[in-house]
Amino acid sequence: MSLTDQLVQYLVTGVSIGVVYGVVGLGLTIIYNATGIINFAQGEFVMLGGMGAVALVNVGLPLPVAVAVAVAVVTGVGLAVERLAIRPLPATSIMTLIIATIGVSLVLKGGAKLLWGREAVILPPFSGTQPVRIGTAGIDPQRLWVMAVAVLSVIGVQSFFRYTLTGKAMQACAINRAAAQLVGININRMVSLSFALSAVVAALAGVVLTPVTMMRYSQGTTFTLTGFLAAVVGGLGNSLGAVVGGIMLGLLESLAGGFIDPLTGGMVSSGYNKAIALAVALLILWLRPQGLLGRQKKEAL
Amino acid sequence: MKSTQMKMLLGVVTALAIAVVLAGCPPAKTPQQALPLPPKPTPVAKPAGEPIKIGAVFSVTGRSSPLGDPEKKTALMLEEQVNDQGGVLGRPLEIIIKDDESVPDGAVKGANDLIEQGVVAIIGPSTTPSTMPLKEICQEAGVPLIACAAGKAITDPVASYVFAVPQTNALAVAKCFEYLEKEGIDRVASIYVANPYGEDGQNNIKAIAAEKGIKIVATETFGGDDTDMTTQLTKIKAAKPEALICWGTNPGPALITKQAKTIGLDVPILQSHGVANQKFIELAGEAANGVQLPAGRLIVWEQLPDDDPFKSLLEDFATAYEAKYGTAPNTFAGHAYDAFWIAVNAIETAGEADRAKVRDAIEQTEFMGTAGEFKYSPEDHNGLTLDAFVWVKIVDGAWQLIK
Repeated sequence: MSLTDQLVQYLVTGVSIGVVYGVVGLGLTIIYNATGIINFAQGEFVMLGGMGAVALVNVGLPLPVAVAVAVAVVTGVGLAVERLAIRPLPATSIMTLIIATIGVSLVLKGGAKLLWGREAVILPPFSGTQPVRIGTAGIDPQRLWVMAVAVLSVIGVQSFFRYTLTGKAMQACAINRAAAQLVGININRMVSLSFALSAVVAALAGVVLTPVTMMRYSQGTTFTLTGFLAAVVGGLGNSLGAVVGGIMLGLLESLAGGFIDPLTGGMVSSGYNKAIALAVALLILWLRPQGLLGRQKKEAL
Repeated sequence: MKSTQMKMLLGVVTALAIAVVLAGCPPAKTPQQALPLPPKPTPVAKPAGEPIKIGAVFSVTGRSSPLGDPEKKTALMLEEQVNDQGGVLGRPLEIIIKDDESVPDGAVKGANDLIEQGVVAIIGPSTTPSTMPLKEICQEAGVPLIACAAGKAITDPVASYVFAVPQTNALAVAKCFEYLEKEGIDRVASIYVANPYGEDGQNNIKAIAAEKGIKIVATETFGGDDTDMTTQLTKIKAAKPEALICWGTNPGPALITKQAKTIGLDVPILQSHGVANQKFIELAGEAANGVQLPAGRLIVWEQLPDDDPFKSLLEDFATAYEAKYGTAPNTFAGHAYDAFWIAVNAIETAGEADRAKVRDAIEQTEFMGTAGEFKYSPEDHNGLTLDAFVWVKIVDGAWQLIK
């Protein structure tokens, strides 16, 4: 296996794990854009999508139906979270609301553990297991499904915020809640909608991901953190940025894993690949605090 | 406004209700069936007198419940069997089970309670972290402990009152190298999970490889929660090994098995005995076919030749367990079986329920159990040899015994 062949495999791997970070970051972006809240239960939405679909397949539903029902149920959970945990709190401080989402993530994680136990579960692959070859590199066909979902989600979310009145109204809520209300925007409805939309994106990602990576009740936290990092690196609030940031993190992780060991003559073990990706991400934020695709915020006094 | 809110709330509640109902569906509970008891030759005398107490500390709930739950079930089933057949030394046997909730503190509390209640010996705990504090406690109190956990530190260095029943990593690795030597493979790669189980496996791999003159061409690690090991496997592929040894427990090794296929790493994959369970086959799917590993005889007892000295005891145990609980016993149930019988036999041999005499009797134990043939000695408190393992290959999604 030549160095070029290895490089191609690292690039393929980097992109395929990066889009996962990106799509979770995208879900975070939706809620952030509408409310200014960072939803720390976002990863749990992904986990619930995957584990829910498995539970439904296990009770005998055909896969497409199970997927649809799982996504619908997680959307319901997203709405419930907003209605029961976010709305009753006075919106005086964003920090209070963010902490509430951390509580929600713990509840969802505990609930999933009670319902489904602590073992990993898996869905059958959507289109076989025969790897797709790119030169000598290979990629699991299911990874292509994940990428497709990521691309469609970005296009959908971008168009929604840019071209629909509801999307614009949603952004207005984050920019100035009071003013948005004054021009007749129903804030509660917008916030609900943002949680629902975000849950749809997350649940879809969880469902397509489960056949390749399996799903476990405890996996949500990792999704949230990597997704958050992707969103911040890409420019918080920019949905395309989240995916670009995610892919960049994935590439860093995979290339660092592949090359840091030989490059440093074995001084730095490839086990530090995640730490290296994180360090580079911090460097980017230090040089470009607004993120890769973020716009400089000019706040008036 | 009010009505839309109501509608939404109603929608949410319905969705949640559906979620709970659909998702809930727990594995079908099997009613406690009457245990078809082994045929009683003659009506045995009912045990009489003060009961003899054996303590047990298992992780019945919490993170390690997949270990502790079958262990508890086994201990209760065997207690019933012993009492139906005359008890121990003519006295009734009482098993007192403490749940450590999968944390070492729970095990310490449980063991202290048991010692106070006057147990003759303790079987368990289920995990190494729970066992380590008990090693000291039981040694000091002079209570024999027969651990169901596999950590090397439990019996090395030897504490006179502390024994263990599971097969060790050292034996499992040695079994893997037996295969490599037989196939004439002299370039291997290893990948292990970054935790004490994986590290102990890797240390053994290094030691035995050096001894046998087999070259380790690449070594990689992965985290217990990692979901993509393609990068590590690509490096391994570049090093051109003739076989890959993976040391870990679910789900990592299943992902590695699949991802090795994806990137075209077409060499034999050897796994540790840590994945000798149905879950591994389920998770790895088609990719599991061809995977080989050392495993205890329990998972393949039906394929053992009839003259195999272990076959009848495994059959008796497996059928009784399945009849009572509706599922086949796993390796951990087997550990509880071994620990239970070693304790009971030692009490019979000692002739009285005296802790020190029972300890002496345990050390003299020669016992055929689910994990292999135990021969304890003052220097060896694990007592198993390479013979504890059989070589198993996954064929068409099922375990196949390789002779």
